[in-house]
Amino acid sequence: MIRILPSALHRSLSRRLTGGLALSVLALGISTTALAEDAQDPIKVGILHSLTGTMAISESTLKDTMLMLIEQQNAQGGLLGRELEPVVVDPASNWPLFAEKARELLAQEEVDVIFGNWTSVSRKSVLPVVEELNGLLFYPVQYEGEESSENVFYTGAAPNQQAIPAVDYLMNEVGVERWVLAGTDYVYPRTTNRILEAYLAANGVGDDDIMVNYTPFGHSDWQNIVSEIKQFGSAGKKTAVVSTVNGDANVPFYRELANQGVDAADIPVVAFSVGEQELSGIDTAPLVGHLAAWNYFMSVDNDANYDFIDAWYDYTGDDEAVTNDPMEAHYIGFNMWLEAVRKAGTTDVDEVKDAIIGVSVPNLTGGYATMMPNHHITKPVLIGEIQDNGQFSVVWETPSTVAGDAWSDFLQGSRDLISDWRAPMRCGNYNVVEGSCGAGAAETVASE
Amino acid sequence: MGMFSAGRGLVGLVLAGLLWLSAGSALGASEASSAPDPGRGLLTELAEADYNGKKAVIDTIVASGDERSRRWLESLADGKLQRLKDSGDFVIVLRNRGREWPVVDALTFEDAGEVSRRALDRIRINNALRGYLDSSLALFDLRVDDPQARLVAARDLIGEVDESSVEPIARLLAEESDSDVVTTLELALAIQRLDQGDVEAVEVLAGNLDSRARAALSQASRSDDPTLAAAASEALTSIEQVLKINRAAETLYFGLSLGSVLVLAAIGLAITFGVMGVINMAHGELIMLGAYTTWAMQQVLPGQPGLALLLSIPAGFLVAALAGVAIERSVIQFLKGRPLETLLATFGVSLILQQLVRTVISPLNRTVVTPEWMSGSLMVNDALSLTLNRLYVLGFALLVFAALMLVMRRTRLGLEVRAVTQNRAMARAMGIRATRVDILTFALGSGVAGLAGVALSQLTNVGPNLGQNYIIDSFMVVVFGGVGNLWGTLVAGLSLGVINQVLEPWAGAVLAKILVLVFIILFIQKRPRGLFPQKGRAAEG
Repeated sequence: MIRILPSALHRSLSRRLTGGLALSVLALGISTTALAEDAQDPIKVGILHSLTGTMAISESTLKDTMLMLIEQQNAQGGLLGRELEPVVVDPASNWPLFAEKARELLAQEEVDVIFGNWTSVSRKSVLPVVEELNGLLFYPVQYEGEESSENVFYTGAAPNQQAIPAVDYLMNEVGVERWVLAGTDYVYPRTTNRILEAYLAANGVGDDDIMVNYTPFGHSDWQNIVSEIKQFGSAGKKTAVVSTVNGDANVPFYRELANQGVDAADIPVVAFSVGEQELSGIDTAPLVGHLAAWNYFMSVDNDANYDFIDAWYDYTGDDEAVTNDPMEAHYIGFNMWLEAVRKAGTTDVDEVKDAIIGVSVPNLTGGYATMMPNHHITKPVLIGEIQDNGQFSVVWETPSTVAGDAWSDFLQGSRDLISDWRAPMRCGNYNVVEGSCGAGAAETVASE
Repeated sequence: MGMFSAGRGLVGLVLAGLLWLSAGSALGASEASSAPDPGRGLLTELAEADYNGKKAVIDTIVASGDERSRRWLESLADGKLQRLKDSGDFVIVLRNRGREWPVVDALTFEDAGEVSRRALDRIRINNALRGYLDSSLALFDLRVDDPQARLVAARDLIGEVDESSVEPIARLLAEESDSDVVTTLELALAIQRLDQGDVEAVEVLAGNLDSRARAALSQASRSDDPTLAAAASEALTSIEQVLKINRAAETLYFGLSLGSVLVLAAIGLAITFGVMGVINMAHGELIMLGAYTTWAMQQVLPGQPGLALLLSIPAGFLVAALAGVAIERSVIQFLKGRPLETLLATFGVSLILQQLVRTVISPLNRTVVTPEWMSGSLMVNDALSLTLNRLYVLGFALLVFAALMLVMRRTRLGLEVRAVTQNRAMARAMGIRATRVDILTFALGSGVAGLAGVALSQLTNVGPNLGQNYIIDSFMVVVFGGVGNLWGTLVAGLSLGVINQVLEPWAGAVLAKILVLVFIILFIQKRPRGLFPQKGRAAEG
């Protein structure tokens, strides 16, 4: 019996482990856990991602990513000699339920950290709860900015880490002079497009050369809009579409583009919400050359990335599974949190919050991500062109990493604000003109 | 082999290359066996150059006359020309998914087994280079025998002609026999001449509806040369007028196409809700089941998307019909005459079905491949083209409608359905088994929803949320058309589609949708029974 058990345990564990992990590490991991006091409680990691409802399509993958990362970490001996225990809840794509589930995680389960949320509206719903109960939230998705909370760490891109560099690329490298800003009708595209309009105007693009178009969620009939884009693009100036169209609506949008013969060489579309996962629902052969701007692509040629992908293949048991940018953001966020806890020597929220600022961990694109005082991280910006296998090929990247900017420099009311959560300032919206930590200005911007 | 100076430009090089190709291919082969392969040098240059440098290398490759150059350029354009990191050898990737990729040697085209993707380095290209490659390849293709291939090549050249390629294209044009290719090449040349400020080119472009011709003209109309600017503006005005008519036709087509989708989604509901009076909130999920059947069919028959799609039509009908029968037997039959409870119960069923798909299959969208014959568009003229997938769906919707009308009007089932609908008690007294009719009617309505799913799989996402996007629209169409009237559903669906598409360009998609809803609310206030109300005593019940 006793001799059979370890090997059975080993077999069941190693089936799920990455190929890169040596057995010795495994053995070490088990023995250190055994050495530490068995009575010690595990460290609880809350996972707040929708597993049912409309957002399950995007969020359920992130839940699996977190489970995989936690499993890997436990195999390496956990954290501070304690095991990590995932606590998964399902907020069911229901925004008010996100707040309830966050409360459940913090008050009842007493988790030490939460990784979660996808949509901005769900984050806004969770925000007051996390602040009230002094939790830690790692938010892994690109978002519109104009927010900074003491309890939230934004590991996805702010607009200056995605939208602005993408427009720069089109303007300087491709020579685009005419712009279509197409988006889904909600807060992220509207704020991003306001920032972009201001940015384009500052770069001398006239109003005639900008067309703004909003569509409802899940829009499936793109005939008219694509035809309008074609017309707009036949004015003799190089035209590009900047798309903040969300999730599901992209498939019919791209299909219509392909069917109406909008070629990437004539009118390229650069998207901020289309990644490998969205493309896995379409035949990408007619879309080759259209662009996306992210901080990570699955195709990035780098051993750390290949290791991550292989681990993901093993974990999902599917060699066609894809990885994407928010998954990398969780990878970075999780490692930053581990590092901060090790640095602080405890999982106490206040100490981890202080310890994490300045922490650097490797990202999957061959560089390092650093947590900035405004709770945003440094990221490289990559522009990729869609390939026929549903992947992106990187055609351009920023020469160095870009630090996330909580408050946009291109919006009235927001450009005077900075965020710095280090002592002694400890303020998310410090107005450098008035010289005070003013909540007033921030609220006006956020509620617009 | 003599190298041509790069200054003579791309096309001169292509032609020279072609001469070499025909004259000295045997020579090239014998050279390759003794001396080191010049191809390796060329590809190394290609791999190491930056984006601009690559253009020159592409020219050199074309000029080398190597008979492998076409495949090199093609695989470069596809991103499949790659280099082994350790040995520096070049390979062409055959399949770039998963961990190990099958490759062939880029110099010998012999099978080189499978290589880990970690060991490969892609030779990078961008959109600008891809365009350059396309026009290089187009010049190869202008010499093939198939006129259709020549036409495609000629189209690729529109807007891509530069100074160096004018002369060879003109020469090819003189030899060209196909009239379509001639017109296309003339257009391509005229755009280049217009860019150079040639006023006479305006005449060639006047009346042409191609968007690149228009782009060239509007650029010329902003030119400093007043005669050129005036001529270009004049030509543009006349083009605009023709375009207006085309745009109106296009909007009508868009409207009918959207309408046909609405009709397809709603027509099953017109039977279950309209004829039977059952409010089935799970109707959308029955549509979803049809779409998933298409996906499953394509998984069973990989590589034959067209056949799979055709087989999905009966399969989708059956799957959805069976699901419909299950819902009817397990839930709806116990709630007869209690619309509110039916609504709530079927809403529950819809949530269960959605989650079932999420759990059993995946919460992610599934890829449904569009067969070749359904991709692209039918060109009516340069400004008006009808997208093929939507054209097929429009035709399919009309077919389904016609078939349904036949069933309801010409078959015994249809007769019995109408009898039970009009007076249940009387029909039973006449010996009709009302329960059996209920099951069959519900199966029919559900099956038609499955057909809608098969069609929608070609237009939109196949995912667990597919049904939700269509359920509200479906009820809207049925209520607007008049409950219990199939003609009403057809007219209502098509007209709502057209209204929506007419409003969209000036109101935007969000507002257009709201306006249509407001219109329906007002309309229902005025005529509560819809466009085609049922008349007679039956309507009172």
